[in-house]
Amino acid sequence: MTAPILRLSDVSRTFGTGDGAVHAVRSVSFDVAAGECLAIVGESGSGKSTLANMILGIYPPTTGEIALEGTVLPARRALAHRQAIQLVQQNPLSSLNPKRSIGATLRLALDVHGIGAPADRAAIVGALLEEVGLAAEYARRAPAALSGGQRQRVAIARALACQSRVVVLDEPTSALDVLVQARVLRLLDALRAERGLTYIFITHDLSVVRNIADRIAVFEKGRMIEIGDTETIFSAPSQTYTRRLISAVPVITGDELALRDKLAAHTKEDAP
Amino acid sequence: MSAPMLDIRDLHLSFKGHTGLTEVLHGISLHIQPGERVALVGESGSGKSVTARIVLGLLQDLPSARITGQVLFDGRDLELMSSRARHALRGTAMSMIFQDPTSSLNPVFRIADQFHDVLRRADPSVAKAAAHDRAAAILAEVSIRDAQRVLNAYPFQLSGGMNQRVMIAMALANEPALLIADEPGTALDVTVQAQTLQLMRRLVEDHHTAVLFISHNLGVVREFADRLYVIYKGRMVEQGPTDAVFADPRHPYTRALMAAVPHLTGGGIPEIAEASPDFAAPLVDHEAEAPS
Repeated sequence: MTAPILRLSDVSRTFGTGDGAVHAVRSVSFDVAAGECLAIVGESGSGKSTLANMILGIYPPTTGEIALEGTVLPARRALAHRQAIQLVQQNPLSSLNPKRSIGATLRLALDVHGIGAPADRAAIVGALLEEVGLAAEYARRAPAALSGGQRQRVAIARALACQSRVVVLDEPTSALDVLVQARVLRLLDALRAERGLTYIFITHDLSVVRNIADRIAVFEKGRMIEIGDTETIFSAPSQTYTRRLISAVPVITGDELALRDKLAAHTKEDAP
Repeated sequence: MSAPMLDIRDLHLSFKGHTGLTEVLHGISLHIQPGERVALVGESGSGKSVTARIVLGLLQDLPSARITGQVLFDGRDLELMSSRARHALRGTAMSMIFQDPTSSLNPVFRIADQFHDVLRRADPSVAKAAAHDRAAAILAEVSIRDAQRVLNAYPFQLSGGMNQRVMIAMALANEPALLIADEPGTALDVTVQAQTLQLMRRLVEDHHTAVLFISHNLGVVREFADRLYVIYKGRMVEQGPTDAVFADPRHPYTRALMAAVPHLTGGGIPEIAEASPDFAAPLVDHEAEAPS
């Protein structure tokens, strides 16, 4: 097996001190292989966003280490490290600068990271837009002139512009309609294969996770309580909490109902 | 069959703008019997939320809105009523639950005061102490055990799930005949959402409340509604009992919606074609075809 692209070793994060201290993430360790899609699932307050922020270097872990391709990342990261790990947020309307055209937003990423010769950058912007399924002329438009799905495509293009290898996707499709969600998920899947990207997919939507992730890490109250292959987590989750999460998902087919009922029955057996 | 609690007939809505009239509802019809749970399913921009606002009587007062057709609430035509009479219905005979409970409660008043305001809509003379007792009783109904703590709290001191229960309790406090729920629980965690839906279902059954349930989440609709309507770009495209529509979706748009939902059992991300001209196909009505 190749070396992991990302390795978290005993990572913790505490906010505040003394009695008021909040242990948002507690001793989390896992490896992510290059090209893998690892889903981080859990409810609000489970620590999944704190974990994402540490992976992105927005703040460092209180204790523990995060390594990218074998190099431990310092608290203040060099530009190259920031370039390698990029973020796609849930709400593209608030993550894209409303005053800046789509083209200028993408261009800024290229300028900051010095990607391509300055004369070529306009062409690179066009190519990026086409890669995410938008016509090159969208570069002239403002975010407000785009639909939710189109804006999320721009946010994805911005992450790609940096030639990132790891993309942290924080609920990338939860704000989208179901038809648009399916198209964006397919795009993400295709880009991962074409560019060999690694995804950290943060979500509470287990139906999406089931269809896009290779592995799933389940978080509860700052702890990673379970990690495993998607198949295994869904067919034989080891933790009651995981079973509860899966059996609360609203579903539409008989097969899904059967799966949920099976897990719910197990959960009852576990109860004292 | 009893008279419907809500009966919408051939409702059209257009907005007047700089470039002329834009029609957003192209003649929709919908009815809800007393005590029935009916879902209106559609994507953003389909017209589901404006429909709710017309039923609440909120759009009628907007100068740029042109409304034609009939909206009968308990046999009375809302379009013929004065704006004052429509106002009197809100919060008493009909009420609404919004998507995000925390932002729909007033952050600067305690829950008890907000309850008092709600109860005063039906009975302007209700005293503070009496309102407090009544609120505590209603909170107990939504499985809030420490009602006193909740009543003394501000919304930001409560969890999202707790605020959602408070919203449900407030919406049902005046025993409305019709409850409009716009994507309730979508802002909540999935386990809390499931509990909220169960709770809402039990309460509306106990109180025999008719519900117009607005949602884009097919799974939630399947679990909550007796009947459903699918709306696409201001037109109803399919309607029928929930089980019948899910067992046999026949309109191309309904089929596309259902095909786009990722399944817990896997199967990959479905390939979704761009909007098809088939989506404009006429209404599929499961009930009109079934012998009654």
